Amino acid sequence: MRTRGAPYFLVLPAWIWLAIFFVVPIVGMLSVSLMTGNVIDGFTMTWHFATYADAVTQYWPQILRSLWYGLCATAVCILLGYPIAYWIAFRGGSHKSTYLLLLLLPFFVAQVLRTISWKFILADNGVILGSLKAVGLLPDGAHVLSTSAAVVFGLAYNFLPFMVLPIYAVLERVDHRVVEAAHDLYAGRFQAFVRVVLPMSLPGVFAGVLMVFVPTSSDYISASVLGGTHNTMIGNVIQSQYLVNNAYPMAAAITFILMAILLVGIFSYARALGTEQVMEVQAK
Amino acid sequence: MSVGTSTGPAADTAPARRERRRTDWGKWFTWVVMAWLFLPIAGMIAFSFNDISGRQNVTWQGFTLKWYGDAFAYRDLNTALFNTVAIGLLTMLIAGVVGSLLGLAIGRYRFRGQGVTNLVMFAAISAPEVVMGASLLSLFLTMNISAGFVTILIAHVMFTISFVAITVRARVITLDPKLEEAARDLGAGPWTTFRLVTFPMLLPAIMAGGLLALALSVDDFIITSFVSGDTTTFPLWIWGATRVGIPPQVNVMGTLIFTVGVLLAVINVVVARRNRNPR
Repeated sequence: MRTRGAPYFLVLPAWIWLAIFFVVPIVGMLSVSLMTGNVIDGFTMTWHFATYADAVTQYWPQILRSLWYGLCATAVCILLGYPIAYWIAFRGGSHKSTYLLLLLLPFFVAQVLRTISWKFILADNGVILGSLKAVGLLPDGAHVLSTSAAVVFGLAYNFLPFMVLPIYAVLERVDHRVVEAAHDLYAGRFQAFVRVVLPMSLPGVFAGVLMVFVPTSSDYISASVLGGTHNTMIGNVIQSQYLVNNAYPMAAAITFILMAILLVGIFSYARALGTEQVMEVQAK
Repeated sequence: MSVGTSTGPAADTAPARRERRRTDWGKWFTWVVMAWLFLPIAGMIAFSFNDISGRQNVTWQGFTLKWYGDAFAYRDLNTALFNTVAIGLLTMLIAGVVGSLLGLAIGRYRFRGQGVTNLVMFAAISAPEVVMGASLLSLFLTMNISAGFVTILIAHVMFTISFVAITVRARVITLDPKLEEAARDLGAGPWTTFRLVTFPMLLPAIMAGGLLALALSVDDFIITSFVSGDTTTFPLWIWGATRVGIPPQVNVMGTLIFTVGVLLAVINVVVARRNRNPR
């Protein structure tokens, strides 16, 4: 009796907290998106599905742009993150944990502050562009800020460790003897990597894609600070609809569209791979 | 093994051994990217010593320590910093306890609702922050709860519980059940076994989970901005200040927080090294 009740006793606080403050709000948001009204008179449930149509017709450029920026940032993170994860896992020796820690240390400084720091560094007359212009390597009118490249740069910068850690977790568990076996079977260095190590590391890459693509495509800090007015993402739209315009049904509808797009992808992938495996990779 | 470079056994046992001929491109690559990661922080630290007048902290004007002496000149910034620290510590405590219990349960037992629990945890980790923030705002609005310190705390605990739980769960599943059996054979009851055997072995994971919760809470901007009402935290204050110019005190506090982070990390490494030795 005692042991049978024990797990429920242990999970109950978490269940209550997550149910009230995670599950219920998301269901509630869905219902708000179908209401009409305004802040002063209150909102009433009218099953107004047209809000969704309005949201898509008005904001499809931002939705597509967010997904595109998220994809680009994720690609950059794979290109930068995989070699680092690989090097730490295979060549890090006894300093592995120190390297991982170094990778995480910048996160003690708030993301907002780091992004603003980049804004100063990348400014038209800042340390980098200013000096390049001074020596004549760049024309006077050159700029980085307020471009889509700056937004992708900021996103990739902020979320790189979320790509490195899952890939590292998988590579770290790759048995070195498997690679040696590949060499014994006359696989070259490149072949051993492509046909042995790479396939084994794919769950980590998938977990990393998840950890990077979802937050980058819904982030609005980088777009606000580095992107100027022409590169707003769907996160910016949601933020201003909620906190500036108080247009809650519209805001809820856009939020739900974003979540639907992302979660359909995530859950189909998680089903294919198993959520436990993905979470395990993240826990390492 | 070392696919990137040589394949001899020496490379495995002595990674520090210098390479003959071949350049270790992986090493160079890693260090260059690391430098990239630290560049804005170096900028922040440098500008915390910048001798400027006013709030336009963009160009280098000369070295000064006066902002460190004057670190607490902005009263609302102090309040924001206090809120961040208080919410961070409370989050660490509450999410640490609730998440550890959850992690213990899913790592140790099979129970009804486990699949749903895993699914919700997974969703809570991978849901976009705007979605969590916006839906909580909707909840607080419809329930007429005024946003502030408490709602921020509720939100932070909500999104950190799962991170603590998976950290603890990873440790629970690697524990040797024989140790607990041995304790029971020696006459310990379930509570005594937990207190003297299980809990001490879980403690590093619980601490790691708690620190993770603290770091996530202190760093969070997006969710906080939705549920904060008139209450500000350090990131929110910086965000608000970007329009009027960020005072050098922000760089000072950022540098101090970073230094505390470095110290925590160093302590963590030292403790981990020491714990590893007896085995």
